[in-house]
Amino acid sequence: MTAVEVRDLRKSYGANKAVDGIDLDIAQGEVFALLGPNGAGKSTTVEILEGHRRRDSGEVRVLGCDPGRATREWRSRLGIVPQTSGDSSELTVREMVRHFAGYHPEPSDPEAVIHAVGLSEKAGVRLGRLSGGQRRRVDVALGIIGRPELLFLDEPTTGFDPEARRRFWKLIEDLSHGGTTILLTTHYLDEAEALADRVAVIARGRILEVNTPGELGGRSAATARVGWLDSGSERGVIETDTPTQVIAELSERFGGEIPELTVTRPSLEDMYLSMIGGPA
Amino acid sequence: MSSRNAMRTATLPAPLRVGLSRGGLEVKSFFREKEAVLFTFAMPVILLVVLGAILNGEIGATGIDYRQYLSAGIIAAGIMSTTFVGIGVGIATERDDGTLKRLYGSPMPRSAYFIGKTICALVLSVLETALLLVIGTVLYGLEPPGDLGRWITFGWVFMLGVASCTLLGIAISSVPRSHRSASTVLNVPFLVLQFTSGVFFMFGDLPKAVQQLSALFPLKWMCQGLRSALLPDTLLVQEPVPSWEHGRVALMLSLWCAAGLALCLTTFRWKRRDDR
Repeated sequence: MTAVEVRDLRKSYGANKAVDGIDLDIAQGEVFALLGPNGAGKSTTVEILEGHRRRDSGEVRVLGCDPGRATREWRSRLGIVPQTSGDSSELTVREMVRHFAGYHPEPSDPEAVIHAVGLSEKAGVRLGRLSGGQRRRVDVALGIIGRPELLFLDEPTTGFDPEARRRFWKLIEDLSHGGTTILLTTHYLDEAEALADRVAVIARGRILEVNTPGELGGRSAATARVGWLDSGSERGVIETDTPTQVIAELSERFGGEIPELTVTRPSLEDMYLSMIGGPA
Repeated sequence: MSSRNAMRTATLPAPLRVGLSRGGLEVKSFFREKEAVLFTFAMPVILLVVLGAILNGEIGATGIDYRQYLSAGIIAAGIMSTTFVGIGVGIATERDDGTLKRLYGSPMPRSAYFIGKTICALVLSVLETALLLVIGTVLYGLEPPGDLGRWITFGWVFMLGVASCTLLGIAISSVPRSHRSASTVLNVPFLVLQFTSGVFFMFGDLPKAVQQLSALFPLKWMCQGLRSALLPDTLLVQEPVPSWEHGRVALMLSLWCAAGLALCLTTFRWKRRDDR
């Protein structure tokens, strides 16, 4: 079954075509990442899918329903972690998570969710006194408390330190293993690579490519670059489709070990930057 | 999957239950926010004590201390402060900081939000009124309603005042562009009305034009209704009309409830202006 189905979605703000004809299919249980620069149309697209914004035209089905006609029942099957939240609540983490649990028909145990997002020690602290990254984890807790079938994560780890980001990735992996479909927008390519089954690159309101992180932009077939330290201090570099053979030849030439050998392929970031840098 | 969904439909929490839960949460967060407590809840108390310390004297030959008249007016202003200003600024702030957007995206029943606000307004108004009543009684010799009839008057004027001002507060919360301007947008009309509706100055002493203009707004009628419940009828000689006009009080406040409700239903925004 398809969790999200989008055909020719369009949305303009005045003369600005924020979303200019997007098609998307996200399967149930999939982790799908939307990558793109600021202003590419990521958040507008996601907010239309969440039922927050009206579309100008196009067909949209999210869990089988039109988000433009959202019902409580439909909303109870979604989890939303919005891009920004500045509510300076005087409530504690535990009060907030428990309260939101009361909106849902079959919520998770609030304490278990607080633990899962790594806030057990802060459960009694008021939201206004948490750090930015901790606030973000509260957002995530509120997004998953209702045991959603589909979870929207809009730039979830902005402002996280590396350790918190790793822990967050683990949480998303666990949710995904539990069967939750996840739609993620992110600036971080390593995040998309670590989490997503498939990635869509979006720029200027259009989707440039949808692929697995490993295949994006023909990455897996791209030329490899073999580098080594040549005689003296010169670095030798060869771009080749047959890196193994090049290394064998080099090894023979050096009589075994090749000094400072590197073999690199373009990173996801390289592919992404060349894609969004090029004409749409 | 479909059986799971069917089960979910059957067990969506009832709006009233969620509303009650929101009400408790609203009251709790209100009293934890020191600025809100100071500006909307403590301000009428401070005004009553400070003005009462400066001004006094008998009103004409009515045997009524001016400070008792002031107490009745400040009770009305206190209701308007906790409802109109408190609720209005609160909602504008919640719209601006993303709280409303989060709630909008959740399966919370829409009505639960307003039930919660109403509970909060009612609880705060009861506490505010009780506090002001005690201060007026202890410091200025104000007498609580002496018989059942006056208690009933006090009760319905209080309820209609809370209802009309809460609805107007919810309605006007959609006017300010951001929470920074919300406090001004709500406090300016509130401040002006306090001067022109018989809170600080005796209504009968105000220029006719001011009286007529103020009679279009609810605060004047709340003050008049509360005076009729809390002060002796000897005061009537000082009123512009020698009657408490209970029919008019009820009519005007009911009309404002209806207007406020209509405005809420037509203009309430869950989103910021830039969120379309």
